[in-house]
Amino acid sequence: MTQTGLEETAMDDPSNLALFWAAAIAVSILIYVLLDGFDLGVGILFGTTRDEAMRERMVQSIAPFWDGNETWLVVIGASLFAAFPAVYTVFLGAFYLPVLLMLFGLIFRGVAFEFRYRSNRMRGVWDRGFFLGSLVVAFVQGAAVGALMRGIPVRDNQYAGGGLDWLHPFPILTGIGLVLGYMLLGAGWLILKNDGALRDWAYARLKTLALATSAVLALAFLIVVTVDISVGLTLGASRLDRWMLGLPALCAAALAGVATGAHWRIDALPFALTAVFFVAALLTLGLMMWPFMIPYSITVADAAAPQASLSFFFWGGVVVLPVIGAYTIGVYWVFRGKSDRIGQ
Amino acid sequence: MDILDPVTLSRIQFGFVISFHIIFPSFTIGLAAWLATIEAMGLATGNLLYRRVFDFWLRVFAVSFGLGVVTGIVMAFQFGTNWGVLAERTGSIQGPLLGYEAFTAFLLEATFFGVMLLGRDRVSPRFYLFACCMVSLGTMFSSFWILANNSWMQVPVGHEIVDGRIVPADWREIVLGPVMMVRWPHMLLAAFLTTAMCVSATGAWYLLRRVHFAEGRAMLHWGLGLAAVLIPVQLYFGHLTGLYVYKHQPAKFAAIEARWHTEQPASEVLIAWPDQSERRNLFAVTVPGLGSFIASGNWTSRETGLDAFAPEDQPPVLIPFFGFRIMVAMGLIMLALSWGGALLRLAGRLETARWFLWPTFLAFPTGFVAILSGWYTAEVGRQPWVVYGILRTKDAVTPSLQTGDVLVSLIGYMIVYAIVYSFGIRYIYLLLREGPAAQAETGPYATPSRPMALAGDADDANGPGGNRDG
Repeated sequence: MTQTGLEETAMDDPSNLALFWAAAIAVSILIYVLLDGFDLGVGILFGTTRDEAMRERMVQSIAPFWDGNETWLVVIGASLFAAFPAVYTVFLGAFYLPVLLMLFGLIFRGVAFEFRYRSNRMRGVWDRGFFLGSLVVAFVQGAAVGALMRGIPVRDNQYAGGGLDWLHPFPILTGIGLVLGYMLLGAGWLILKNDGALRDWAYARLKTLALATSAVLALAFLIVVTVDISVGLTLGASRLDRWMLGLPALCAAALAGVATGAHWRIDALPFALTAVFFVAALLTLGLMMWPFMIPYSITVADAAAPQASLSFFFWGGVVVLPVIGAYTIGVYWVFRGKSDRIGQ
Repeated sequence: MDILDPVTLSRIQFGFVISFHIIFPSFTIGLAAWLATIEAMGLATGNLLYRRVFDFWLRVFAVSFGLGVVTGIVMAFQFGTNWGVLAERTGSIQGPLLGYEAFTAFLLEATFFGVMLLGRDRVSPRFYLFACCMVSLGTMFSSFWILANNSWMQVPVGHEIVDGRIVPADWREIVLGPVMMVRWPHMLLAAFLTTAMCVSATGAWYLLRRVHFAEGRAMLHWGLGLAAVLIPVQLYFGHLTGLYVYKHQPAKFAAIEARWHTEQPASEVLIAWPDQSERRNLFAVTVPGLGSFIASGNWTSRETGLDAFAPEDQPPVLIPFFGFRIMVAMGLIMLALSWGGALLRLAGRLETARWFLWPTFLAFPTGFVAILSGWYTAEVGRQPWVVYGILRTKDAVTPSLQTGDVLVSLIGYMIVYAIVYSFGIRYIYLLLREGPAAQAETGPYATPSRPMALAGDADDANGPGGNRDG
């Protein structure tokens, strides 16, 4: 018999400290998706052109930022382990192979970034590693979201499913969706940080990417509301009533704005609208899953570490998270503007 | 024991990824302290030699730090992926400790490491030195949290068990307990000694090759000098570590001593081949009574053997027995080299004694070997427990894990690490071989979060066999 929080009538309310950490982790996820999303997207777009000059500009556009962006992934992992050990455990157990693929993708991407400059013979290999690493990381993150939406079987606070459960058609669809979404974010970033041929190239791809993302999301949404893929998800979707439906609507509007607004050629617009889309999409997901952290069995209150752990770690969060935030802002400020003018 | 079960494979995998990981942090902890020392010396004396030595080791530091970050990120996921029961049951304690470690590392990387890599011309010399000290402090704090966590796994204190849940009761005891306060200095000193041996080996290498004489001499003097001072302190803390094992983990102590049966008075097995299946020692060289003296300080005491423990509570003997002896042997080599070097230096013959420079050069891995074998002793000796007395290793593994999953991940890690590290270590080798530049330089693309870039172009600037000085 697996745990299902849905059947429990009386659910505990999470403590304030648990809410603080849930909020801190949610904000970190949002920041991570927006920031690493654009550099992963650029990495994928990198693989779709053979133009050496354009590839060079792409790499330059994300060079000062990409691994600062990945810092947030470690912040998420560390905070989850400290504040919600059950979530950390079940998530990593359920996604054993995807997490492995993601780590390998991140390592190869990072190494390729450093080594492609240093090696002429091996350059083709590193370039392929850069593209494939980015693609794999984006895909498994998207697939994990889809698998979470379907629900994760849990017994005694441990994952109780198989190693390949995540490879279901629905997670594959969300994986493709996130790849497209990150590509859109990446294209928006390239427009923001470049001019000339690369900016034109990115503008030319906006419409297709926005439409493809919309199509995948519409299909996923259709599956969620029509096909009964899990009790919890149907219940979650049914909670999206009245004003909450404004969020999916905002997602659609932002994507439509990206597609139709491309011809205005306002360089900040595509990235900003895609960012709005991601914020609205993540909020939608969060609302559908609340109060579960592992759908549909472990709630925020269930997963929270004892108060003594949360309060001990609280001071770390209060001191460190603002510093990392300030550092992130500082780096983006120093390297603001079009990337080819940086350092001149 | 079936080699192809998730528990054994997960243990092999953890041993593999953590062995690769520990090499880099232990080196960078020492290097950060060495860099701060050299920078302070340069500031105090105004001698530009210190600047050249500093800039050179800063580049090595940057590459090592980068490699350590990669393996560190892998470590952050191991507890959840493979040791789910451990993570869930002890997360209330291990989570915040390891969380603080990650946060400390990022605080350091996000602030002062950037100044150290790029800020030489942008901040005052005093502030630059301050940044170096903060980076050094940061690496030490990082090791502080790791050792606090591991010490709690060795000797769990400061918690209570409420409805089967492990709940922290006294953080001060968990973080600053007596066992932690012995093991952390032991690890810090080991890191300092590791770096000291590497620095002196590099200096000896230059003197043997007759290049970079002034820098090589400074490295040799500083490296051996620091080792000569630190090694007696380390031997003392090693002794204290032995005492905690004796007091809290008698089974581990018996395994280290290969003492199969309780004896009074106990003899000391200097060297032997422990035969686990027959539960006896082959080819043993023993000293009667010495075992009692080492453990209790007198020659007649009764000392516990492995037969005092139920078979399911006994650790394996082979690895703790040899691990401990290899570690001690490395310490004795360091002692001989550093004190021998001090004597030669007093006699004014250190730089010309090629018979001494060769072993000093060849001793570069002694610190790494000592750290690895010491950790193997500590970790294997704790078996069959993952958290001593609370959770057995075989019960700690993620229940959903299948043999195939771990086999795939283990082989994957081996391939990925082989590729990444053969390139990374080759860079460090090329940097070391090239030696200090004639004047200070920094790479154009380096940012604090891309430390590898600073290491620059040891590779393509020279190519194999090339030499910038030549």
